[in-house]
Amino acid sequence: MTKALTLSDVNVTIRGSHILQGVNFEVQAGVVTGLLGRNGVGKSTTLRSIVGLVPRVGSIKLFDQEISGLKTHEVIRAGVGFVPEDREIFSTLTVLENLKLAERDKDPDYDTVYNLFPELLKRKGQRAGTLSGGQQQMVAVARALLNKTKLLLVDEPTKGLAPKLVTEVADALEVAAQATTILLVEQNLPLIKRIAKNIIVMDQGVVVHAGVPAELENPEFAKQMLGVSGGSH
Amino acid sequence: MEIFITLFITGFGLGALYFLVASGLSLIYGLMGVLNFAHGAFLTAGAYATWYFTTSIRADGSLSSYAMSLLIAGLVGALFAVATEQILIKYLYDRHIDQALVTVGLGLVATSAYLGWFGTDPLIVLPPTQLYNTVQIGEAFVGVDRFLYIGVAVLVLLANFLMMRYTRIGLIIRAGVENRAMVTALGIDVRKAFTFVFFIGGFAAGLGGALATTYASGVGPTLGDAFLIYAFITVVIGGMGSVPGTAIAAVIVGTTQVLVNYYVQGLGDFVVVMLLALVLLVRPQGLLGKVAH
Repeated sequence: MTKALTLSDVNVTIRGSHILQGVNFEVQAGVVTGLLGRNGVGKSTTLRSIVGLVPRVGSIKLFDQEISGLKTHEVIRAGVGFVPEDREIFSTLTVLENLKLAERDKDPDYDTVYNLFPELLKRKGQRAGTLSGGQQQMVAVARALLNKTKLLLVDEPTKGLAPKLVTEVADALEVAAQATTILLVEQNLPLIKRIAKNIIVMDQGVVVHAGVPAELENPEFAKQMLGVSGGSH
Repeated sequence: MEIFITLFITGFGLGALYFLVASGLSLIYGLMGVLNFAHGAFLTAGAYATWYFTTSIRADGSLSSYAMSLLIAGLVGALFAVATEQILIKYLYDRHIDQALVTVGLGLVATSAYLGWFGTDPLIVLPPTQLYNTVQIGEAFVGVDRFLYIGVAVLVLLANFLMMRYTRIGLIIRAGVENRAMVTALGIDVRKAFTFVFFIGGFAAGLGGALATTYASGVGPTLGDAFLIYAFITVVIGGMGSVPGTAIAAVIVGTTQVLVNYYVQGLGDFVVVMLLALVLLVRPQGLLGKVAH
């Protein structure tokens, strides 16, 4: 198994709070891995530590390259795409400007983006701040899909979206997964079951379990690990 | 009426000078969160460059020499600003109190250095004679230099608009003002944009310094400090990070100051500060600024 990402003893302390307390896990290359856990256990911080948006200590390897000492833009340029929680699109820029800003490759893949999200082509001149939540999420995902990446980090892409949009985002991630490795933080368990091959569960700043999505079918497991019923989401 | 017109255009011209200083301050704060108290020193450096150039290098009093001195003053201001960013500020990003202390210190050191090098007395800068001419508007006669300040400020505003709207660096700056961390998360080295913003901010301040020598008939060590106070007021009224807001606020501050000083003697500065207080009470984010998140 080729490892796309390896975290070894990653610690993050922010304003005195020890949020990640020695995180260790591996992400298999070429598949979607779900990063799960209750709210506030450090999933988003884990993604932010990988891209260097929070100060981190420990080893983070992208394939064979140590990236824990790199600055955020260097991590991204090493081949990591990042779709943050809450979209974080630039509301005063147009849709097209948001996408242009994300261009890194010489030949950004607008065809794939517009095929997946034709709505963005129709609204490319519209200010991103005036889009609906779902359309903003499309912009956030599209920014990451424009360039070829070795690893895509996606943080709760379906949060607050209507069911139809959840399906669209899931379709987009499935297309992306054909070309890259994805580490997906997601509370939507049916989505995880649909597209993830592996799961990693965190609790209180550490990894407490690594397994496969089929385990989520066990209500006891889902309740114990995530505090939810596996079948009800 | 002719007095009002003269005063209004004079205030507009003064506002144009405030804009040249304030536009850089606003962008630097908007993008980097740096309150640059050394910005007045960039203006003074530009002003002294103009004095030196027009008295020692090309002292022919021609318009072309004056125009060259504007360009050189802009470059001197820009180089001073870039050096400040590279030597001091870049090690202190996200340490706002340290940045404020360092730039306050640099401003004080620069003023003392100017004082040591050039003395306390203002050095006279004689602009080309054409700038002493007046233009008749109705029954009012207004100095041509006022229109020069306004023209240069409009050019800077226009160049700023075109750069922001149509270039990649402008796109990065606009995005960075909104969410700097996310710009880096798209693989962009935002520090290059920081250096560029210091360059254009310093250039505008240096340019403002050159023109201020004409407005103030010379340059002294504290010329920049006097402009910096009003530039900060302008930035706050216009909205941190908004260049169009800064332009509007500069006109309001300049004209208010001059008109009130004439009609209610000596109260111009007081009314400007009251205006600042009013904006902070009613619209704390400034005229065109955004609410901080």
